[in-house]
Amino acid sequence: MAKTDNRSGPTRRTVLEGGVATGVLLATGIPVDAEPADTVTAAASPTPVPTMPMSLRINARDLAVELDPRTTLLDALRNHLGLTGSKKGCDHGQCGACTVLVDGRRINSCLTLAAMHEGDEITTVEGLAEGDRLHPVQAAFVARDGFQCGYCTPGQICSAVGMLGEAKAGWPSHASADVAAASVALTDAEIRERMSGNICRCAAYPNIVAAIRDAAEEA
Amino acid sequence: MQSFTYERAASAEQAAAAVAARPDAKFISGGTNLLDLMKLEIERPAHLVDISRLPLDRIEETAEGGLRVGAQVRNSDLAADPRVRSRYPMLTQALLAGASGQIRNKASTSGNLLQRTRCPYFYDRNMPCNKREQGSGCAALQGFNRMHAVLGASEACIAVHSSDMAVAMSGLDARIETISPGGETRTIPIGDFHRLPEATPHVETVLGHGEMIAAVTLPSPPPGRQVYRKVRDRASYAFALVSVAAIVETSGDRIRSARIAMGGVAAKPWRATEAERTLAGAAASDGAFTDAAEAALAGAVGHGGNDFKIPLAKRTMRHTLAAAAESA
Repeated sequence: MAKTDNRSGPTRRTVLEGGVATGVLLATGIPVDAEPADTVTAAASPTPVPTMPMSLRINARDLAVELDPRTTLLDALRNHLGLTGSKKGCDHGQCGACTVLVDGRRINSCLTLAAMHEGDEITTVEGLAEGDRLHPVQAAFVARDGFQCGYCTPGQICSAVGMLGEAKAGWPSHASADVAAASVALTDAEIRERMSGNICRCAAYPNIVAAIRDAAEEA
Repeated sequence: MQSFTYERAASAEQAAAAVAARPDAKFISGGTNLLDLMKLEIERPAHLVDISRLPLDRIEETAEGGLRVGAQVRNSDLAADPRVRSRYPMLTQALLAGASGQIRNKASTSGNLLQRTRCPYFYDRNMPCNKREQGSGCAALQGFNRMHAVLGASEACIAVHSSDMAVAMSGLDARIETISPGGETRTIPIGDFHRLPEATPHVETVLGHGEMIAAVTLPSPPPGRQVYRKVRDRASYAFALVSVAAIVETSGDRIRSARIAMGGVAAKPWRATEAERTLAGAAASDGAFTDAAEAALAGAVGHGGNDFKIPLAKRTMRHTLAAAAESA
């Protein structure tokens, strides 16, 4: 698959792909120097996958990529653009580890195609801080120790940033007694309900809720 | 996921024509259900027509005093719209009881209506499922079926429709507007939109191939207080075991009219018309709500694992009717 990767040097993925090609050579018993390596690699590959060019705006940078239309936004970020902050948990929209912001709104990047987001402003966890200054939600997670293993944390943080915007706009939730009320008070019950799309397998929920409460009060 | 080609639609008519031109093409809007199913190769379109950017994302007032909701309005925007919150609160309640914040930000009004069942046998390609593979059988009939239908099911399929939004829309007598490849439009009452399984559970709606939902119209809000109540296995982010949307209009201590729809019990949002008739003119009492619940579930059939849904649906209906009548 063609990759337009702005980084130099080998990545874990290219090392892995190189390893696969070497494995083919060994398994077929073809001496490594008998044929040019790229010919052998091509013969071992199935039908080439059609790709399409697209431009994505991620963390205020415009990036041109050429991707298989099947590529989810999450896979584009992680496997093609080197942005591995967004995590793949379930890959089915159930865990929230892949949460990113698109035009300021939180979505599951695993449940959308990269091709569907040309022209959108995409923000990942890597794009939240300003230089060395953490986003207030990031700082609150550190201060409150809102994680244990940390795998769900980028998704929790992006989701919380989006959720605080929704609450500020007066959006009600399932925990709101009166959905017609103009504003909401972010009680712990409201925070828990609004964050239910983010699972933490370590169950660091008490500190996650505390961090989000702090960030909400600060905002 | 199987390989496919992708195009972004330029207009509603062009989108409908693009899908109609190929039997293996599908519309994609929010994608939250379709891509999930494509990853599992339960859905295998060879061409996707992206309709998410079509200018069908507005909520407009209608001449009759209702709202016309564009097909591409996101679930979160529909739930948060101040007009929906004040005039159709049970629609907001239903939307907010469904999915997660992330999914509601992506899922569209039309896609929510067209979402497919979460029956575990539909999702498991190693098991028979008439909805996934015609004529292969139904593993749920004798299987793990606590999530399944107690009303309107058939020997071919006992799956339920998973939407909360559609249940509220059913109670509100919503109408679905579509556009066809030739540009013709039609309006379908929501009660006629989804089909019961009968012998063809793979045919889930009355839409033709390439016919696209353009909007959902809500008539002016009916008199009475609206309540949506959902019962599920966990407090958030779970599908309904049973849900009830109720609008009760009272006059003194008597009920003038009631509208009731149920979710989690059938392959479509289930309008409880017998229960509504029972309530019209009755005293607003637990006895009347119990009679209504009995009438609503009179034809219910359990399949073992889901037998509990019948009493649960009755109790949920009594509770919801009482809540709607109390504050009317």
